Amino acid sequence: MSSALLVLSAFLASAVETVEALTIVLAAGVARGWRSALAGLGAALLALAVVVVALGPALTVVPLRDLRLFVGALLLVFGLQWLRKAILRAAGFKALHDEQAVFAHELEGARGAAGVERAGVDWYGFTLAFKGVLLEGLEVAFIVVAFGSTQGSVPLAAAGAALAVVLVGAVGVAVRAPLARVPENAIKFAVGVLLTSFGIFWAGEGAGVRWPGSDAALLAVVAFVVAASGVLVVRLRRDRPRLLALEADA
Amino acid sequence: MSRIAAFGRFWWGFVVGDDWTTAVAVVALIGSTDALAHDAVNAWWLLPPAVVAALYASLRRAIRR
Repeated sequence: MSSALLVLSAFLASAVETVEALTIVLAAGVARGWRSALAGLGAALLALAVVVVALGPALTVVPLRDLRLFVGALLLVFGLQWLRKAILRAAGFKALHDEQAVFAHELEGARGAAGVERAGVDWYGFTLAFKGVLLEGLEVAFIVVAFGSTQGSVPLAAAGAALAVVLVGAVGVAVRAPLARVPENAIKFAVGVLLTSFGIFWAGEGAGVRWPGSDAALLAVVAFVVAASGVLVVRLRRDRPRLLALEADA
Repeated sequence: MSRIAAFGRFWWGFVVGDDWTTAVAVVALIGSTDALAHDAVNAWWLLPPAVVAALYASLRRAIRR
């Protein structure tokens, strides 16, 4: 069961980050040429693969309890960032992520930048695609390494992430436009819930907790985090006018 | 030196984000769970509600900003 959740988490996190990376690569390709954009994409994917291949096996030599404590704490801090932003978006306190608007913004910036050629490619297009893919992908690499090493299967987590990259990439090549219809905000909410739940579960185990029902308790933790997040969204939505009025008075 | 500082800032922002108090709360909660386990208390009930409380406090701070 936890292996299925592991693959699902890696897949969803990778899907949402790939959608965002695709938007940046598309903007770089359309504005600066596909040669430089694809070179940047390839270089970033190579760098991410090196991170996963180097860090994954290195973490497996750490004793499992220490690893779960460390990785659980990191996932919890990291996951709470995702969940906080997702709840703020769902409750109307933060703008929803709009892939079309991001594409237009990146396109405008890329078209206005001066052209400098290095190593046979347009340097702005290369670095735009490279940085975009590397930064979006770093979160996925972190999740793959953290989940995979703690669960004892980096390849399984990497396969879940790679499947999302292939699927989103194929759709992106087919439509040649930002994937604005992908429910990114809902997926980010789900990823935030899963990261936070795994963080609670593993950090607890690392701190000496024996969960009732053993691994099956993970599902109960996920259900609890989903329910609590839902309550927080409803409560913040209800209190939004009052909170905004208080903020305006301050 | 500035490159090292920028590198540190990047990783701080990447993992901790814009609310360091949540990270401190998480470390304190895990430490408390560990301390209870050393006293033979199986505190499985502590982390889930306490993490949600830390999340709620973080949300309120984000809204006030």
